[in-house]
Amino acid sequence: MAVQIWDWNHAAEALPLLAEASVITLQATLLGFLVALVVGLLFAIGRMAGPMALRMAVGGVVEFIRSTPLLIQIFFLYYVMPEFGLTLDAMPTGVLALGLHYGAYCSEVYRAGLANVPKGQWEACIALNLSAWTTFKNVILPQAIPPVVPALGNYLVALFKETPLLSVIAVLELMQTAKILGSETFRYVEPITLVGVFFLIFSLISAAMIRRVERWLNKRMGRRI
Amino acid sequence: MRDFLPELLRGLVITLQVTAGGAVVAVIAALVAALARLYASAPWRWLATVYVELFRGTSALVQLFWLFFVLPHFGLTLEPMVVGIAALGLNVGAYGAEVVRGAIGSVGKGQWEAATALNLTRMQALRRIVLPQAFVAMLPPWGNLFIELLKATSLVSLITLSDLAFKAQQINQNTLRTAEVFSTVLLMYLGLSVLITLAMRALEARAARGLRRGRVT
Repeated sequence: MAVQIWDWNHAAEALPLLAEASVITLQATLLGFLVALVVGLLFAIGRMAGPMALRMAVGGVVEFIRSTPLLIQIFFLYYVMPEFGLTLDAMPTGVLALGLHYGAYCSEVYRAGLANVPKGQWEACIALNLSAWTTFKNVILPQAIPPVVPALGNYLVALFKETPLLSVIAVLELMQTAKILGSETFRYVEPITLVGVFFLIFSLISAAMIRRVERWLNKRMGRRI
Repeated sequence: MRDFLPELLRGLVITLQVTAGGAVVAVIAALVAALARLYASAPWRWLATVYVELFRGTSALVQLFWLFFVLPHFGLTLEPMVVGIAALGLNVGAYGAEVVRGAIGSVGKGQWEAATALNLTRMQALRRIVLPQAFVAMLPPWGNLFIELLKATSLVSLITLSDLAFKAQQINQNTLRTAEVFSTVLLMYLGLSVLITLAMRALEARAARGLRRGRVT
């Protein structure tokens, strides 16, 4: 029997289901990144301000999350949380895991951005009698965030590429759908290749978009200074 | 914990094998791809660029599954271990290629010019002058990549390799001592990450010292 390497019919059959699944993948990406942005900022603030014990605790948590595999973290959240009486569906668990994991990475980016704001800015605000919160919100953050937007954007792409891991807790994103299609027909070539193509296209588009945002920010920042 | 620890340690051995094998593949792939992109003729340059963009642009899990499920269709059935090492090594190697390229670029242009003045060939200049200096610059990012590789090895559990992640799931299903099992495994990965960091720091200190003395190693 001649082995058919690529079957266009099979690919065409797989395409609508994969297109449907890509919505779940994009949802998980955007929600996960939203969690990561918020958690990351909290981690960064916790690591830079507050009492020494809190700083060390947050620093330890961030290093721990960054040094261990996302896959195990997903399993941990999915299987261990119910033991503490907290049962979440697969999708929220996946979003939480992605958000916490990339929050730890984003916190380092925020930290670099915050550290780059000159100390004189804080001192000037004290001289103007602004409260610490007002200073942080109106003076420090607006200067700290724009320069690190491209670095944050890179983590958006990285997070997107890790969403296939959610297939292990049966979230019906692209990879899980491709696996189901493959196991039904015993042909994995088309579904898995199509998933790869989808990721490649999205990565290339978002890389181009990040470059544009970067240029736009540079121009804007350049004018202001 | 004593009853499942031996099983986990067997998983640890597989994890270490995949990490070590993947690291070797990654370093070789990165060097070849970076040098091809910098110095080779057009077709090789394009091929290297396609490799880097393809492996950086898609997901590690997709690459792993692709090699595992698709290669047999071409009559090429490889051991899961080989597939795991190849897929993860090529994935990390694509990121490493950019690290190598950046490090070579960071070596001052004057170094090339001085080598030309001394009548060294391009190959000699690259091997004796430029690469040793680039080596020191690329060590810290390689440390990060090796940790990424270690974490990515957990994916091989999904192509039936009984590594740490695989054992964790298995023991969890058999004993239902969920919190205990997964916490132990997370700590094991943390320990390995710390070991990689320490080893790379020692290597950096050594390489920097060697460079000051005028030789690397």
